[in-house]
Amino acid sequence: MGLAKRIIPCLDVDKGRVVKGVKFVDIQDAGDPVEIARRYDQEGADEITFLDITATHEGRDTIVQVVEQVAGEVFIPLTVGGGISSIEDIRKMLHAGADKVAINSAAVRKPEFVQHAAQHFGSQCIVVAIDAKRVASDPLKWEIFTHGGRKASGIDAIEWAKKMTLYGAGELLVTSMDCDGTKNGFDLPLMYTINQQVDIPVIASGGVGTLQHLVEGVTQGHADAVLAASIFHFQEYSIKEAKQYMADQGIEVRL
Amino acid sequence: MSTLSEVVIIDYGMGNLHSVAKAVEHATPKSKIHISNQLSIIQNADRIIFPGVGAMAACMHELQQLDLIHILQEAAKNKPFLGICLGLQALLEHSEENDGTQGLGIIPGNVKQFSKKMPAMDHTSYLKIPHMGWNQVYQECPHPLWTNISQHSRFYFVHSYYVTPQIPSMLAASSHYGHRFCVAIQHDNIFAVQFHPEKSQHAGLQFYANFMQWDGNNTLSSQ
Repeated sequence: MGLAKRIIPCLDVDKGRVVKGVKFVDIQDAGDPVEIARRYDQEGADEITFLDITATHEGRDTIVQVVEQVAGEVFIPLTVGGGISSIEDIRKMLHAGADKVAINSAAVRKPEFVQHAAQHFGSQCIVVAIDAKRVASDPLKWEIFTHGGRKASGIDAIEWAKKMTLYGAGELLVTSMDCDGTKNGFDLPLMYTINQQVDIPVIASGGVGTLQHLVEGVTQGHADAVLAASIFHFQEYSIKEAKQYMADQGIEVRL
Repeated sequence: MSTLSEVVIIDYGMGNLHSVAKAVEHATPKSKIHISNQLSIIQNADRIIFPGVGAMAACMHELQQLDLIHILQEAAKNKPFLGICLGLQALLEHSEENDGTQGLGIIPGNVKQFSKKMPAMDHTSYLKIPHMGWNQVYQECPHPLWTNISQHSRFYFVHSYYVTPQIPSMLAASSHYGHRFCVAIQHDNIFAVQFHPEKSQHAGLQFYANFMQWDGNNTLSSQ
């Protein structure tokens, strides 16, 4: 027995409300983030991730208030992503009570930002979020997309994962753009390939529709943590059920 | 039992002071919590929390800049003193981090880096570094700070270095990651942990509640 695989519910937050899109569009309202975070904590979530998808700069301050409120009553690690593009953004989130920030587009724009952030705050709080899409099937190739999946970068996802590790990322949050919102399961070859190539923890994301998908992320994708949104939001499954299911399949989890 | 609970969380510009403060406040709502690096506040507090995340060299540099090294060494002599994460590692004599860094030298021993070549369970890959997530903590000895925390409870960790105290009786808890390693030390009024109680949900809050009631004696009978 030792380190447990983590289950991380994710809240996509738009102007202070939780929403969940399918393939990054078609947004449904799923409730109050503080209330939902509280429920996830009680159900045994290992961490909680907030992705702020608010488009306007002014709207972004709402996520700071959400984090502040959650951090005052939920004592598990909190990650905040979405629009993090300066040292000042990171400082603001950590000060509000976040433990880690997820950097996405800003890293693609300027990879050195990840280096600076890691030097400044330590790798332990720097998560690099990678949105990858399949661009070739034989052999399999994935490319990085930014801006909520709308903009191709021309960067190979596996090479990018290795580079971000060297630049000081403490963890990678890998989302398959092809699978996200489909409920057909993770892109397992993507997760497996990245996990074989980097020596830092990897969170698998995008596509979870059943509890078996969570298991596959660990057993076939070799992920250190699995992230899901909609199956938990709409209470199809509780986190407790998910963990029990994984434990029954022989995966070490925190029960 | 001591009921004094005026605590100072040492502020040296590093670490998640506010997370620690929020957790202590939640665990012991009646306590008075200071976040400070001022001599008079540290001297007057009943107990000290020395937190920290980040790199060892930067930590020691900040402590020097703020003239805190001697103050911490003095405070660690008598009051209930709790080190967390880097606040544990900094208590030792020397760390391998940043090409070798001198620590406060309050606890004999060193800080080592996890090897990047520790085989994972499937034997086809290596264990990821940092050691990040919820691991089981084996309590090596009875201690007031373990009150109402079950053996093998899981706590949240995130670190790439681990402590190796020289004196076996100082080992208060261990975990397993590639090999067994020390995750808590105890020495008279000092207790220090590698994990983050402030991020360890129920077990972590219980741990802070225990610390806030602790009289600084390391025997259960003294309580």
